[in-house]
Amino acid sequence: MSATREDFAEILRLVRPGARVLDVGCEDGALLELLTREMRIDGQGLEISPAGVSACLAKGLAVVQGDGDRDLDHFPTRSFDYAILSKTLQQMREPRRVLSELLRIADQAIVSVPNFGHWRVRMSLMARGRMPETRALPDPWWSTPNIHLCTLRDFTDLCRELDLRVDACAALSGGKPARPIQPDGPLENWRSETALFLLSRRVEENPDAVPKNLFGEMALPKPEMPGSKLKRRAKV
Amino acid sequence: MDATAEPSPAIETEGGGVWRSPVGKPLRLESGANLEPLEIAYKTYGRLNETRSNAVLVCHALTGDQHAGSPNPLTGRPGWWDRVIGPGLPLDPRRYFVIVTNVVGGCMGSTGPASNNPKSGQPYGLAFPVITIADMVRAQAMLIDSLGIETLFAVVGGSMGGMQVLQWAADYPEKLFSAVCIAAASRHSAQNIAFHEVGRQAIMADPDWRGGAYEAEGVRPEKGLAVARMAAHITYLSEPALQRKFGRELQRDGLSWGFDADFQVESYLRHQGTSFVDRFDANSYLYITRALDYFDLAAAHGGVLAEAFRKARHVRFCVLSFSSDWLYPTAESRDVVRALNAAGCRASFAEIETDKGHDAFFLDEPQLDGALRGFFTSTAQARGL
Repeated sequence: MSATREDFAEILRLVRPGARVLDVGCEDGALLELLTREMRIDGQGLEISPAGVSACLAKGLAVVQGDGDRDLDHFPTRSFDYAILSKTLQQMREPRRVLSELLRIADQAIVSVPNFGHWRVRMSLMARGRMPETRALPDPWWSTPNIHLCTLRDFTDLCRELDLRVDACAALSGGKPARPIQPDGPLENWRSETALFLLSRRVEENPDAVPKNLFGEMALPKPEMPGSKLKRRAKV
Repeated sequence: MDATAEPSPAIETEGGGVWRSPVGKPLRLESGANLEPLEIAYKTYGRLNETRSNAVLVCHALTGDQHAGSPNPLTGRPGWWDRVIGPGLPLDPRRYFVIVTNVVGGCMGSTGPASNNPKSGQPYGLAFPVITIADMVRAQAMLIDSLGIETLFAVVGGSMGGMQVLQWAADYPEKLFSAVCIAAASRHSAQNIAFHEVGRQAIMADPDWRGGAYEAEGVRPEKGLAVARMAAHITYLSEPALQRKFGRELQRDGLSWGFDADFQVESYLRHQGTSFVDRFDANSYLYITRALDYFDLAAAHGGVLAEAFRKARHVRFCVLSFSSDWLYPTAESRDVVRALNAAGCRASFAEIETDKGHDAFFLDEPQLDGALRGFFTSTAQARGL
């Protein structure tokens, strides 16, 4: 996996310098390494495979062996600026809970999901009458790790239900540069192969609720968010 | 170099000796008592660099000692961690200055219950004060100070050694750059205490224990100590490892229809027991197991483990556990990691997949070697070593 993956490039644009970042399912730590090098982030990985954990250790990354379904409780509330979950939400046992957990741990979540509503998937099912196998979803039904696939529309519905705000969204497809989209735009559920979201919890701003850490100390003030090329949206 | 391939070549730069606390500077114990004089036996491998930034303290387990990287002069057996300390290995003496001390209360040269009590001129026996993990660490810190080392590049240990590592992070975080805690826990569980109590009762039930004054009477509670070791040894192995190694294999053809060691596993345990008494002191065993039982890092910090690590946020932690370790199971290590995360420390955690149980720490585990090598190499880079 190279550091020029289109989703990496997009995440690199979204993350602000010096941020605290949790990468859930960080594999060999390639993304964290890239973000550390380019954005001087304070990174932490969560990875299930021993080989991935070893690779991260060798790169000097902080990594905890564990999986997103079970072990997100390792991390205290609001201990990160961003929690990243790249193309694995659909492999989680409880995607809904995982999504909530990400936004408990971090102020913003960067989540990418393959879109089951993409035209290739629809055509594949329609033409072949079999479980779709596409370049974004290449595995046969009996060996796919994807147990909770969804369409773009399904995902934005879930975000609405969890009261999450979509701060930015981009469509990714097969190595092409990311394309900023309105996720509930009429054609995107056909056009977008994979969608990458920047999400945050929609909370009433309470000026008295200063975030504190475990020791009752006030968290450091956060730097201003630099502009992103993506379209920012106030509401889904 | 592949760490698992060959026994490590000899380490050329060995040092060490016995450090004695200066007069008027006793070891102040957690119990309130003072220990004076204090002697700490230690070994070193490698050389301290000019900036004194390459020192690594290795902490040993319950029955370990300072001979981690070179053969034990008493038993002639290879150093207990010579798979990790040596040229080309994760703790390479050409790069690091590795220090291994015998804990206070031990019996390999450091002040312990077998040492002479200056008040009576006799071995301490039960007059030796109860010591704790924090006391062991305080004694190590005194030695480290005397060596002119302000900051340790790393403090590393497994089992009881891992508990010392956590205690270091709680008590002397300013002296640490990184910390590696292997197969340990932040406190002793009821089961841990129960097994130790069996061992202690076996020792104290031996008529040759003599209320701890056996040395003055020229005897040793060897049977009791051997039984203690046998019971403890079972806890170091996993059930599958025991089964694989011995199964129900017999020593000889047929059963003896008596109480000889019919089964190979019996013979193995008996051997573990009898060889242990040659190298270990029964009272030391009582004192060190007590220190372990008393260990509860959270309790010492208002019941919140994260509080123990509050000042250690600059320390790079690596916590490792073994999947088949039922003495200090993975869940205990995860609790430590959770607390480190809660305290805002930079922590890595890996569970090493193995069926060898708690003792995997000493054994051929390429994944453990890989994790240690990766962590030390990258941490050394961050330290500019």
